[in-house]
Amino acid sequence: MSVEVQSQPIARQPDLRTLTRLLTALALVGLLAAPFVVYPVLLMSMLCFALFACAFNLLIGYVGLLSFGHATFFGGAAYFTAHAVKVWGWDPLAGILLGVLGAAILGLVVGFLAIRRQGIYFAMITLALGQMFAFICLQVPFTHGEDGIQGVPRGHLLGFIDLNEPLSMYYVTLAIFLFGFFAVWRIVNSPFGNILKAIRENERRAVSLGYRVDRYKLGAFVMSAALAGLAGGTKAIVFQFATLTDVQWQMSGEVILMTLLGGIGTLVGPVVGAAFVIALQNYLASSDFPVTVLIGIIFVVCVLVFRRGVVGELLEFVRRREGRPD
Amino acid sequence: MSTIFGIPAPALYGQILIGLINGSFYALLSLGLAVIFGLLRVINFAHGAQYMLGAFVSYGLLNYLGIGYWLALILAPLIVGAVAIVIERTMLSRLYGLDPLYGLLLTFGLALIFEGAFRYWFGTSGKPYAPPPQLTGAMNLGFMFLPIYRGWVVVASLIICLGTWLLIEKTRLGSYLRAATENATLVQAFGVNVPRLLTLTYGLGAALAALAGVLAAPIYQVNPLMGSNLIIIVFAVVVVGGMGSILGAIITGYMLGILEGLTKVFYAEASSIVIFVVMAVVLLIRPAGLFGREA
Repeated sequence: MSVEVQSQPIARQPDLRTLTRLLTALALVGLLAAPFVVYPVLLMSMLCFALFACAFNLLIGYVGLLSFGHATFFGGAAYFTAHAVKVWGWDPLAGILLGVLGAAILGLVVGFLAIRRQGIYFAMITLALGQMFAFICLQVPFTHGEDGIQGVPRGHLLGFIDLNEPLSMYYVTLAIFLFGFFAVWRIVNSPFGNILKAIRENERRAVSLGYRVDRYKLGAFVMSAALAGLAGGTKAIVFQFATLTDVQWQMSGEVILMTLLGGIGTLVGPVVGAAFVIALQNYLASSDFPVTVLIGIIFVVCVLVFRRGVVGELLEFVRRREGRPD
Repeated sequence: MSTIFGIPAPALYGQILIGLINGSFYALLSLGLAVIFGLLRVINFAHGAQYMLGAFVSYGLLNYLGIGYWLALILAPLIVGAVAIVIERTMLSRLYGLDPLYGLLLTFGLALIFEGAFRYWFGTSGKPYAPPPQLTGAMNLGFMFLPIYRGWVVVASLIICLGTWLLIEKTRLGSYLRAATENATLVQAFGVNVPRLLTLTYGLGAALAALAGVLAAPIYQVNPLMGSNLIIIVFAVVVVGGMGSILGAIITGYMLGILEGLTKVFYAEASSIVIFVVMAVVLLIRPAGLFGREA
């Protein structure tokens, strides 16, 4: 009897793994086929924000740091990419890479200051530094103030992929998203990622075990910023503009909502949350219902009754069924 | 015309006055944040929205009910405080004991709701609110002209800050509050109703924000976005001052306001970011904040 009970979870594990693989394959096929069913620009918007949310989740979900200033890296990269491609005539890929690099450097500066405090102060500091960056963007000449950088040419990726073609733009965006998603998965499941989780669970313990916690936190912050920059740079190419909206605190709030709604600390959660929020905004864009109010309401509901998010609650449900003998 | 460091003296005094007024609002708001955080361990993101509500309530009282400034100065904080008490009882109180970040996220959501709703009803353009007739006009101080209302704001905010400080440091209620900040369980064991104390504290903090909103209405136009722009600066002020001490929050607020005013005179381009720069420098030198106790 007892042998049976013990062996049951072991026997079921391969089932779960095949299920995961099956779902992954299905999702991939779905993503490849999606532009034939749904408007590609909407999909690309979802992919960019999904990547942004995954980058943000790397920090809140696996290190436990709530950054309230991630718009800085997203919007900053959008400005850098847009400027490089439009003014300097760079290849879109080179432009995006510049955006990533710029976001990583910004992340290094902001992270260096912010990790000096913890918890609630960390959130306030990142918010304040983000606001400072938004003010700077309003004043420096290359961002063109209130107008932003408009009419960024999509151009030809590596000289031969014509991005003006909606489908090729979509597949390039998809490839970038998958790269970013894979990067997050790789980071989370690496020894480095395990140390991050240890810091999240018990920072003092990690210190006592001899880890230089601050370096790990800063490392994670820079990676998260760089990935947010990848999302922002790609967004600048897809939508062909970079404006102040991308660097303001409302954007930082939106990415928090996407992650919270989908499930903090789950890999797929941010993707689901981002897709939902973008779809909602798209749906409400034609009505005159105030989107901000709805976003606020979702925030309140999530925090009060739904703290694990959609994917988190689903996982918890599965886990509970697994744990309970039938 | 006399000059100081090559700047015409009236321009300098004028900017110092503006800095002093901005500083009054920084002080009032960071004071409320510090009081709430001290006991509830919640960073009240809705503080800016409550400030905006205070201004809108006084605007509404005047335009729909004909109730003037002086009564609004009492009524608006009471109304906003009551709303805050309902929020604390129905929502915020469910989050005690969880990660304090949830309190921040909840109040952020509430701020979005209030702001979005008011923007929907009133648009983004500011509504004018005239100062009361007793406080209009200007006074000649010899070296500059002082608009009386602005002088009143500085004096009133100093009185409010001092009053709150006295309330917390010198009264029995304040002693309960301070004791509960140190050890809530123990205070509860002595028979003090701590949950009620938490509710009252949140109401008091919100009422302070609303009071600041009423004071601000005649100076800045009444605008749905007036709070969110301010609250982020106030967060920086709070990081600089450290939330350990009430007096620290007040002093830092005034200091940074004046610094911002002076920056406007000497290097106007940097005036919108000077407070954040100060925050960055303080974080480098003294991460706990100027008056902070926490390591």
